[in-house]
Amino acid sequence: MNYVFHFGDIWNAWPELLWGTLLTLRLSALSMLLSLIVAVFGALARTSGPRPLRALVAAYVELIRNTPFLVQIFLIFFGLPTVGLRLDANTGALIALVLNGSAYTIEIVRAGIESIPHGQVEAARALGLHTLQAFRLVVLPQALRVVVPPLGSQFILLMLNSSVVSVISADELTAAAQDIQSRTFRAFEAYIVATAIYFGLSMLFTAAFASIERLAFGRPVSR
Amino acid sequence: MRTLILADFGFLLLAARWTIVLSAAAFFGGGVLGLLIALARVSQTRALRWLAIGYIRVFQGTPLLLQLFLVFFGGDMLGVPLGPWISAVLGLSLNAAAFLGEIWRGSIQSVTIGQIEAARALGLHYLPLMLRVVLPQALRVAIAPTVGFMVNLVKSTSLAAIIGFVELTRAGQLLNNATFRPFLIFGTVALIYFVLCWPLTVASRRMERRLATAYRR
Repeated sequence: MNYVFHFGDIWNAWPELLWGTLLTLRLSALSMLLSLIVAVFGALARTSGPRPLRALVAAYVELIRNTPFLVQIFLIFFGLPTVGLRLDANTGALIALVLNGSAYTIEIVRAGIESIPHGQVEAARALGLHTLQAFRLVVLPQALRVVVPPLGSQFILLMLNSSVVSVISADELTAAAQDIQSRTFRAFEAYIVATAIYFGLSMLFTAAFASIERLAFGRPVSR
Repeated sequence: MRTLILADFGFLLLAARWTIVLSAAAFFGGGVLGLLIALARVSQTRALRWLAIGYIRVFQGTPLLLQLFLVFFGGDMLGVPLGPWISAVLGLSLNAAAFLGEIWRGSIQSVTIGQIEAARALGLHYLPLMLRVVLPQALRVAIAPTVGFMVNLVKSTSLAAIIGFVELTRAGQLLNNATFRPFLIFGTVALIYFVLCWPLTVASRRMERRLATAYRR
């Protein structure tokens, strides 16, 4: 091997990489937040909605989970404009990430809801708690215990998955690395640095979620 | 721009072959390496365990797309241009190995320690112990999550399109560039993936349920 590494060009592009990292974090956090909102409604519809709605949500989850994210991006980014919905790359990326992420978070939230035996709600009602009180004081604290650890992993998966939106040139870390490599022709160096940043982020979030779980539930629930 | 004709859907179906071939190749490559990683992960030697943990952390903690880029451009860098096909198989195998390794580690560890102690007491060495006592029992536990992971693998092969390997997704892109009927084309592409993946999902779920019943006390 007589290849000489040149990290100089990559080092000089640090503001771009930093910006890309921040954009990846923002995109992931926003997608996670929105898919959580979708998931709460989706999971409620899936568990206690009318039958057609339940079937609809189930079909949605199955369709999303059994097709590649990249194809979903193409459907949204190239498909929606043909029916008159123009969107820029960043909006397209956000929509794709939320639609994709929701299918996974719906299942997580549903598992959380279903992990609480119905008898507990009945018991809470029998003790004179209102529906809302029963949910807030009995169901929620227990469901969170079940839901928080997988949601943490889901966030990390979503963040890693978000690198795929670089194909429609949405602004994030992988796209930043692509820009740098097309300018400097230092593909390997640009991508290894980006990979290292993603790795750092996933380690950081893994550790952060573990401490949150420890603080909130007294002991790490996962692993 | 030309119009979309019926034969174009045949083109997509033919391209789906490459998705299947790529999935199978990556499953095979990832399976061989993944078994080694799983064995290293439960090994008595600390260095081997750490090596396996490090491997799994790195490959599960970085985006698959970048792993594919690194293999693709890494080959160029070493003076051995790999091309899209080898890069895709290699990259997907390395990635699958991390996930399969972790799944199989769990399955191996689900075999109770008493079984291993009994086998040792009967004088079995490492290889017969693994082959005749641990792995057959681990297999039972491993099948459902392994089939579930195959769904992920089939979906992952779509990323090979980005490094220029013409499989189902790339074929859809090419067709869309020529005819510009994105809904119809990517809808069909998604449908073909669904037909490939859904039976695996259902099978995995069913096996999981059966296993859960078997282990219920």
